[in-house]
Amino acid sequence: MQTGNTLILIGGSAGSMPVLFQILEGLPAEITSTIVIVLHRQKNVISEFANILTKHAGNKRIIEPEDKQLILPGNIYLAPQNYHLLIEHDFTFSLDYSELVNYSRPSIDVTFESAAQVFKNSITGIVLSGANSDGASGLSTIISQGGKALVQDPASAEYPMMPERALQQNPLATHLSPHKIVRLIAWLNT
Amino acid sequence: MKPEPELSLQDVEDIVEVIHSNFGYDFKGYARASLQRRMLRVMDTLNIKTAGQLQDFLLGTDCAFNYFLEHITVNVTEMFRDPEFYKIIRSTVIPILASYPIIKIWHAGCSTGEEVFSMAILLHEAGLLQRSRIYGTDVNHVNIEKAKQGILPLEVMKDYTHNYMQSGGVHDFATYYSARYKQVIIDKKLRSNLIFAQHNLVADQVFNEFQLIFCRNVLIYFNKELQNKVVKLFYDSLAPLGYLALGSKETMHYTPVKHDFATVDKEKIYRRIK
Repeated sequence: MQTGNTLILIGGSAGSMPVLFQILEGLPAEITSTIVIVLHRQKNVISEFANILTKHAGNKRIIEPEDKQLILPGNIYLAPQNYHLLIEHDFTFSLDYSELVNYSRPSIDVTFESAAQVFKNSITGIVLSGANSDGASGLSTIISQGGKALVQDPASAEYPMMPERALQQNPLATHLSPHKIVRLIAWLNT
Repeated sequence: MKPEPELSLQDVEDIVEVIHSNFGYDFKGYARASLQRRMLRVMDTLNIKTAGQLQDFLLGTDCAFNYFLEHITVNVTEMFRDPEFYKIIRSTVIPILASYPIIKIWHAGCSTGEEVFSMAILLHEAGLLQRSRIYGTDVNHVNIEKAKQGILPLEVMKDYTHNYMQSGGVHDFATYYSARYKQVIIDKKLRSNLIFAQHNLVADQVFNEFQLIFCRNVLIYFNKELQNKVVKLFYDSLAPLGYLALGSKETMHYTPVKHDFATVDKEKIYRRIK
């Protein structure tokens, strides 16, 4: 694991799926960064989420990491349901089954804040559509560590609250249309 | 917005050292990312801003460390969490347990007992509870006291009923507890063969032999070295062909004793084969 590798963090909630599909469909055949997706999802139901995302990712496998699994560039990871996803300094994932944060587990803030401490300025954090304020504090941590913060243009979001809160709390974050987010992530991987 | 408390990784190491030398609890093997989060959470609750202030708090009064210990450990649990898991316990594991004259089960890191009550219900429905002894242990004595009482908030019972039904339960879940005001108490006959006691997986030893050990979503808070040590403790505590059940994202993959276990199901149920 080289620390120079880029980590792309994507946080989404209600209304984020169409954008996420576009992002995955826009990726080149081989990706160079590590992508970690945190979505608010139901617990205690059988979830086909990873499989659905895989279909949109040109059959690049979407990995729901196990505890202490090594983070590798070129992979796409999805936070497992009903756990917070944290990142350790030895570049492994660790899972956490503690209280909900922003009514959510997994919480976008938890993963963003944890990742920012390890990957420092090699992070791009992106907050997509959603109906709460998860992700706003996480983006602040990413910015404070020198990483880049992107937010889906609230006007383009099915549920604009999450992008709006993220932008209110982070005037330094850039807001982009879904189309531009797709192109930027593809570009980061070439 | 109030300023956030600050705690570097080095601060976490210093606090771990202070705790070990003053109170004898060893957090060295805890995974740092979640330990740091928990410490920050305690600091936030107590309005403590720096590592130095946290040290002063811990060393200040006798009850401070107890407070810290109660809140640093994760005490989140559910009845019938991961219904698919309980389906496999019901269909695959319980029929094997039925062949033992006395069934001994250990829930390691049982928090406030919700998983123990879930298992008691499964054994009751299989007609096995009377000859079962279920041990629930946790490092946090407040959890153990709550588990002994068997009292849960009423508001979560709707979720638990749903989980129970998803896990293949066909009885009226409401017969397993009585509600009073905003709380419920788990039926006394379900609790008669449960033994709750304080036990620290980091420092304490084997205390009995079991045919089934549950340790779900506890190992995730430990680093790999401590995970190995604790899994070895489970190996030593299991009868031959005994079962070990882990959380849905925990794995035996990194432990040296992995070859001594066979995988029973993808729901992270393993069996001691050597």
